[in-house]
Amino acid sequence: MATAPPVSASRGTAAIRSENLCRHYRMGETVIRAVDGVSLQVRAGEFVALLGSSGSGKSSVLNLIAGLDRPTSGSVFVGDRDLAKLSREELAKYRLHVVGMVFQSFNLIASMTLAENVDLPLRFAEVDRAERSKLAREALERVGLRARMDHRPSELSGGEQQRAALARALINRPQLLLADEPTGNLDSHTGTEIMEMVRQFNRELGMTIVMVTHERALAERYAQRMVFLADGKLIDDRPNPPNSDGGRS
Amino acid sequence: MKIPDLTELALRNLRESLLRNSLTTIGISVGVASLVAMLSLGIGLQQLASRRLVKSGLFDTVVVTSHRDMRAMGRERDEGRGVPTPGESRVLDEPARVEIEHLPNVVEAYPDIRFSTELRYEDKPHLTMVSALPESAKSNDAFEGMPGSFFSSDTAPEVILQKTFAEELLGKTPPRGGDEPNVVDLARPLLGKELTLRYAQRTASPAPPSPPRADAANPSDGDLAGTAYSVVSREQKVKIVGIADLDPESMRGPTRARVFLPLKLAESLHVMQLTDLREISRAASDQPVYSSISVRVKNPAQIQVVEDAIKKMGFGTFSILDATRSLRQFFAVLDLFLGIFGSLALAVASIGIVNTLVMAILERRREIGIMKAIGASDGDVKKLFFAEAGAMGILGGIVGVVLGWSIGQVINLGTNVYLKRQSLPPEHFWAVPWWLVAAAIAFAFFVSLVSGLYPAGRAARLDPVQALRYE
Repeated sequence: MATAPPVSASRGTAAIRSENLCRHYRMGETVIRAVDGVSLQVRAGEFVALLGSSGSGKSSVLNLIAGLDRPTSGSVFVGDRDLAKLSREELAKYRLHVVGMVFQSFNLIASMTLAENVDLPLRFAEVDRAERSKLAREALERVGLRARMDHRPSELSGGEQQRAALARALINRPQLLLADEPTGNLDSHTGTEIMEMVRQFNRELGMTIVMVTHERALAERYAQRMVFLADGKLIDDRPNPPNSDGGRS
Repeated sequence: MKIPDLTELALRNLRESLLRNSLTTIGISVGVASLVAMLSLGIGLQQLASRRLVKSGLFDTVVVTSHRDMRAMGRERDEGRGVPTPGESRVLDEPARVEIEHLPNVVEAYPDIRFSTELRYEDKPHLTMVSALPESAKSNDAFEGMPGSFFSSDTAPEVILQKTFAEELLGKTPPRGGDEPNVVDLARPLLGKELTLRYAQRTASPAPPSPPRADAANPSDGDLAGTAYSVVSREQKVKIVGIADLDPESMRGPTRARVFLPLKLAESLHVMQLTDLREISRAASDQPVYSSISVRVKNPAQIQVVEDAIKKMGFGTFSILDATRSLRQFFAVLDLFLGIFGSLALAVASIGIVNTLVMAILERRREIGIMKAIGASDGDVKKLFFAEAGAMGILGGIVGVVLGWSIGQVINLGTNVYLKRQSLPPEHFWAVPWWLVAAAIAFAFFVSLVSGLYPAGRAARLDPVQALRYE
């Protein structure tokens, strides 16, 4: 790792560790090996990009780390939790308190205002109303959407929606930010805006970031490490030194 | 998730598909309305029946007799419940009456004064049974809408005649199979007229009290004071104030009276009664001894308690409790059947809830996926769908109760218009007690939650990865 680790005290310890991780689906007679024996370690505070073409299994790996899916075999540890061994209830708690997620299609709830979307995880965490609206306001402030907190997602541009999704992902102060093609639905200018924010979280809040993307340029510009997947297998894992144009400075 | 948050989210979700959820809620309302309408009809009819019965005095009255009364003794022996033998039983006198009147749940206890006597009307003698009525008898059905009026006071020298006696006085015998004479026609020539009541007065020897307007001279036999009494023939003029169509004493069968006097007046007459002969050995004082006392109880449900208390005092009792028991049973069965029919609509409505919620799961699949991805547990999702079902249930319940109540009012109004045309008195058939309102809403809530079981479980089990992929 070329860059000096900025803030987090726990940097350097393994935040995520998978061992021979497999996720197979059965489609009639054929078995689809979406994830096939992936062993991977991500240190706390690291910004890792998962790269690969469509169907390479990168999103499946992300879902397994997020606790949205369970491995067919192998294991995935986050901190000292073996996700495969957690109950459904414990997995939900893990997603609530440890993980923040952003998606390609933003996944905001259309019937709710931005403020309500952002404070939804706090409702699941049973945080008091007053505390909730204060935190939601702060989170929207951080992504520059304070003025639009009472708007519905449909009234916002794609970039604004993704910023709101970032605010929602941050509200529970998670250790992990998992991003699945966060700029896939955005023009390059807005995409850059979002990626700058993600990098800011990584640096200022010390969050560990795993981002799935098929855009190599994006990964090269922002990630500290690039992991390549194809057909469910890890084919390359290399550090990404800061390049000459200062993209990762 | 906390309950206020859950409720808020549920209501928001219901507003999102307003038309569909409103239709489902209307379905529940119709179900609840039919349930409320059916049950309130049952309850209303039951209340009407028991109101009538309470008014008739049949079901809230206990007749108390001394065990010295041979008829009562026979009855008690049949029941065979360790009752005191005649020898040790008490005398049914004024202190006993007061004691009974002070028992809990007793409204009043009054002596049954009845005697057979001769009444003269236009110098013609008529023999009949005369009975005394307490002031509370005013509310008896028999005197409702009666031509004339009830006694002006409890001591007024007035009488109310039973219809058949009025016919006799006027010399009219009802034609066989023909129309019975109308009470109003009978009352016209009789109201305000005077009758002469001839009776045998029982006078304690030392100081006989003067009955009002008594004509006969007071006898004085001081020698026999405390041990004997004399019987004097007396007359009392009384005014006819009312003619009753129904018989207020229908329960008494052949011994029923056809002429009624106010109770206090009858007491002051000190009429010689049959029991006086039996009690001659110990009750030859001015204190009267009663053959029987009628005890009115607050409501028919307390009859058994009062009866038991009076039996403990050493008296015999009689009531028509068993009749009310079977009546209550009948209404319980009626209510059950009405309730089952009423619930059918609610059962149909509950299928509507299941349908609506299953549709909602399909529609909101992605939303459920998002919620799970950001930390909602299975329980949170389940509770959310439960809350939506429950909210529809409560809203439907409230609207349904209002609807059911309105239906009841309309039918009540319609029935009363019909009754009025038939020149019958209006009645209140419809009763929606508070407990029914609360129970109907609670039942709708409960049915909705049960209907929400399957959809909520299905939503909770949804795989978030699949759900998020769903567009």
